Order: sequence, then structure tokens, then C-alpha cells
Amino acid sequence: MPDPMRIRAQAAGDKTTVRVLMSHEMETGLRKDPAGKIIPAWYIQEVTAQLNGKPVLSAEWGPSVSKNPFLQFIVKGAKAGDKIAVTWRDNRGETRTDEATVS
Amino acid sequence: MRSTRLMAAIAAATAAVVAVPLLAQTQQPKSAADGLAEYRKMLEDGNPAELFEAKGEDLWKTPRGPKNASLQACDLGLGPGVVQGAWVQLPRWFPDTKKVQDLESRLLTCMQTLQGFDAAEIARTPFDKGEQAAVTALAAWISSLSRGMKMALPQKHAEEKRAYELGKRAFFYRGGPMDFSCASCHGEEGKRIRMQDLPDLTKNPGNGVGFAAWPAYRVSSGEMWSMQRRLNDCFRQQRFPYPGFASDVTVALAVYMGVNAKGAESIAPAIKR
Repeated sequence: MPDPMRIRAQAAGDKTTVRVLMSHEMETGLRKDPAGKIIPAWYIQEVTAQLNGKPVLSAEWGPSVSKNPFLQFIVKGAKAGDKIAVTWRDNRGETRTDEATVS
Repeated sequence: MRSTRLMAAIAAATAAVVAVPLLAQTQQPKSAADGLAEYRKMLEDGNPAELFEAKGEDLWKTPRGPKNASLQACDLGLGPGVVQGAWVQLPRWFPDTKKVQDLESRLLTCMQTLQGFDAAEIARTPFDKGEQAAVTALAAWISSLSRGMKMALPQKHAEEKRAYELGKRAFFYRGGPMDFSCASCHGEEGKRIRMQDLPDLTKNPGNGVGFAAWPAYRVSSGEMWSMQRRLNDCFRQQRFPYPGFASDVTVALAVYMGVNAKGAESIAPAIKR
């Protein structure tokens, strides 16, 4: 089971800033280990965010995104108490969803 | 997507490449150090050290090891189970082990006595592997509970004073193929390695600099580093033999730097380029 994300969602006026930290190796598939063998690619391919169950963001990621990525976006119209859920899926098919409450 | 604006999906690594050339083009030329400070500010908001803090908190509270016990009875110097404020008073003398111990060596003691792990085996394990990764995550969480506090290492016990003097000697000890000491790079102000300003560690380098900034997440390698690992790499850079993990010399150096930094505000776990 992948490690949990850290999600913070803070409302200011009609805009809510969402900050997400994901725990992931993000291996490009181009690096080699000390024995010279290629380390297999392992990275997040798809990121989606939902506000109270309604999709508000979807992104396609590739191997150029850093290890333990940080994602920040602004959502309009969210109120304190609303639920922001973020989901990622990697190229191994592993997935993780975490939720935070807008404050 | 219509109601949303994707403001930033910045991978930290990309920012590293982009930030410096952009800053160089502004009209008022900024110094390289200003540019780096700005880059660090950008990173601060999303410090992946938080991920390690969460892991560390979990490791502290979950029963583990051959004895299936948690670390909640571990005494970090302020009494069993007291974590808040413990980090800014380490290393210190512990009556039960009759040794001056830093955070990592103290964690090894607790993992052995409470959980039944073999401390010597963990000390031999390479960084980031097995239980070593657990020690680093624990250090990240424990130090985070002292964020904003001032460094206040005790110097009452004779052994603590001895460790300071030992650390001072180690700090100024020159050797290796390049005849280096810690003081060669960290003994006066205004020195740097490439773009990195090097703090003068023979006195208080200020809030959140030097000893008051570790453990830290290193963006360039995507790794969490404890003070032990930072020191290990300093030894490598001097082409010294690697010091043993949690060995007396590493603890003594930590006492020397920590006592010198008295009153400096801790920002650990910090973020480094």
C-alpha cells in the first residue's frame, strides 16, 4: 500500500489553494543501479482531484516529474468544510486516494 | 476543467533548473545568493520532509520489532515519551547509558531496549535501507516537534563538557589526502562550495543555519538526511574514512556545533537544494 499524501486546502475569498505532497519514487526508467542494470520505470501517470465528488482537475504526468512531487492548484467556489479528494495512479497500476477538508 | 485553474504543477527538480537563469535576466542584477534564497522560499511551501514526518510519527506509535513494542516510552532527555522540545536539547548526557547521545544514537538505544532491535546491526545498515530509514523518519518527526524553538543543549554534566572539547578537537583536526579539517570550510564567514554558502560553525551561525537546519530533505537527491548522514558526507568530502553511525566522534561534533548554535531557532526538518 503506497504511503499517504499530505493535502492542505485553504480558502481565501472564492479561491481555495490546494497543496498536495505525494510520496512516490518517480523512477524514470533511464537510471542504472550500481550493477549496471536499468532500474525499471515507476512513475505517476494520472492525477485527478475532486471537490465534493465532482472532478475539478485531471493531469497526465510523466517521468520528468520529481521524486515526492508537490502539486499546487487553485479551485474556485470551494467553501470551508468542503471535501477535496486527490487520486494518483502510476504505471504499475497502483493507486492512492486521500481526502482533505477545506479550511 | 473550466472552473479550475491549474496554477502550478511544479516539480521541484524543474524549478531548480528554471529559477536561476530567469533571475539572471532581471534588470537589477541579483546576487547568486539572492537567487538561491528565492528558490528556497519557493520550495518551502511543499517540503517533502512532511511525508517523512508522517512516517516517523507512525513509527513512533506503532508496536514493532521482536518485542512488538512502540517507542512511546522512549526517554529523549525530557522524560519517557516527551518529544516536544527534546530535539533542541540533544545531544545530552543520559544516566541510563552513561553516555552523551545525539538523537539518532538515542533512538538506537530505545529501539534496542524497548523494541528488541539490534542497535549495532542498524548502525551497520546503509542509509535509507531497512531500519536506517526508520531512524531517519523518526528523526524528521521528532525534530519537527521542536520547530521554532531555540537550541539549548545542556552543558552541565562533565561528560557533556568533555564531548564539546572532543568535538572541537575533531572539528579542527586536519588530515586526509587534502589535509582538510571541518574548519577548512566552516571556520570563517563568506566561504562557499560552488553556489552553497558555508556557515561558520565555530560560532553561532544564526537562526535555521547549520546545526539548527538538520534533519533536512535534499531536493537534488530526493532523500531525507539526518545530522548523522550530513556528517558522514562531510567526512567523505574531506576524504576521511567514514565514521561509524552514531559513533562518539559524530556525537562530539554534534555537541560542538549544537552548543555553538545556542539560542538559534531550529527550522528542522528543513529543505535543501
